[in-house]
Amino acid sequence: MFCFLLTSIFALSPPTGVEAHDTPNDGGNSITVEWTLSADDAQIEGYEVYRSEEGSDYELVGFVGPGRTSYEDETEDGKEYTYKIATLQNAEKAYSEPSEPARSKSQWFDAGSLNLLIGVIVFCLIILYFINQARKGKKLYIRKISGLDAVEDAVGRATEMGRPILYSMGIGLVDYIATIASFNILGEIAKKTGQYETSLIVPTSDPVVYTVAREIVKESYATIGRPDLFDADKVYFVTDSQFAYAAAVDGVMLRERPAANFFIGYFKAESLIMAETGASTGAIQIAGTDQITQLPFFVTACDFTLIGEELYAASAYISKEPLLMGAIKGEDLGKVVIFGVLAIASLIGLLTKFPVLSIFR
Amino acid sequence: MKRRFPLMLVLIFGILGIVPYFVPHGGYQNFDNALRNDFIRILSAFAIILGLVSLMKVHHDKIKRQRENWQYSYVLIIGFVVTGLIGLFGGIEGELFLPTRIAGFAFDIQTLYLNIIVPLGSTMFALLAFFMASASYRAFRARSLESTLLLSAAFVIMIGLLPLANNISEHLPSFAQWIMDIPNVAAKRGITFGIALGAIATSLKIILGIERSWLGGKE
Repeated sequence: MFCFLLTSIFALSPPTGVEAHDTPNDGGNSITVEWTLSADDAQIEGYEVYRSEEGSDYELVGFVGPGRTSYEDETEDGKEYTYKIATLQNAEKAYSEPSEPARSKSQWFDAGSLNLLIGVIVFCLIILYFINQARKGKKLYIRKISGLDAVEDAVGRATEMGRPILYSMGIGLVDYIATIASFNILGEIAKKTGQYETSLIVPTSDPVVYTVAREIVKESYATIGRPDLFDADKVYFVTDSQFAYAAAVDGVMLRERPAANFFIGYFKAESLIMAETGASTGAIQIAGTDQITQLPFFVTACDFTLIGEELYAASAYISKEPLLMGAIKGEDLGKVVIFGVLAIASLIGLLTKFPVLSIFR
Repeated sequence: MKRRFPLMLVLIFGILGIVPYFVPHGGYQNFDNALRNDFIRILSAFAIILGLVSLMKVHHDKIKRQRENWQYSYVLIIGFVVTGLIGLFGGIEGELFLPTRIAGFAFDIQTLYLNIIVPLGSTMFALLAFFMASASYRAFRARSLESTLLLSAAFVIMIGLLPLANNISEHLPSFAQWIMDIPNVAAKRGITFGIALGAIATSLKIILGIERSWLGGKE
């Protein structure tokens, strides 16, 4: 009787309330097991997770440390699983009651992304509203972007000097959004160089990017009625090796001495190597990237830098196409909304610090 | 039709690209993976042929017209042919028909990569240090209020990160860290918001066919 009492007093407590359910908002093959901490949580080594598949014996499938109250288990969709959790201390174990059976399945909609979906839809509606306004002929004011105003000057300067223009899209692949934005700008710059009959050199670092860039330049010349200006040898593939590409572009800058260099797209460490070499040749340089870590390099070494969203606004700004300008206006309003929400959230967060305003907590 | 067909493809594939962010279902995710990986791989395989033809044509033309530094084009063409042959007949790690090792030199792509590409890449990367020094010199010249602020902030951060910072002032390291964590991160976040919204707007414009610069502009 005495031994039984001692064992009861010093026995390890198992976790309680073990529940198993399909992991929400996932592609299936996962069950989440949750439990309430053992009374001995502070002393134990952790929790062992045991699983029974379709009524078979329980087998160990996982281990988590103390203080943890859940475990995500990899399963097979459609099969029935039950779980037990054991508290572990010095090889001693205390098993919980088994959970109710659970099955995993694939979901067709990620409810966790609902707020993101709503945000994107609202933002798209704002943009579409302004595009519609532009279509109706409403004049929209867009702030001055010096880097883009300089494009015309850069092309003009190259024409006067009789030197080519270099356009580098960096080392991004075709599906990078910065590369896509760069394609749009390339189209506009190709049209301008075509109008001035200035040579445009486009070395690329990816075969797919090369193919698209070549077609863009060709189409742009055709659009302004000068398909004869297209020279297939001026838009070419160099290499997909980062620094070999930088070396090749540096070589072009030193040999061909372009009067203007455009570095627009996705760049990594090669940004400074290329921009500094370009600066040493005395060319006017316009850069733009969405890589925040490379922006300081471009700001330092280039005459103009398109920062962040200016890269995406560039093609609209250069082409002055009203519908595209409407989209920029929409972007700006979207930013105002986001910053407004952030300001309100920050203010509420600040107010919770004051005990008297605990209502905000 | 010449313009309408690519625009229709962009609309369809653009929407198909958005859906997997909101549909976690395994079946759709597999379809998306196949679309992104397999399809792109097939396209790349064709594109790389075009790319290599372009590269060879440019250098052939350079040799033919004896443009500046045309001799280096021979290095490229010889390198291209030799690498191609070793790749085709030696394999990645010498598992194909070429003798694996002749006079200590292994005939495989891995050897070429480790002994030529990696050192050349490292050399170019090392040049970055010198370019950084010259760029810093230009950036930190106190010519305007902004560049003076930049110079001051850079100075505080550089000194604050040194071990001797504590000897100058016990507050200096924490002030340097504050500059990194608060004003620096705030500016970065502002730019990130702009980039995210700009990316959505650009995608929307392209998917809906409003942005057609990539097609040479409006008809």
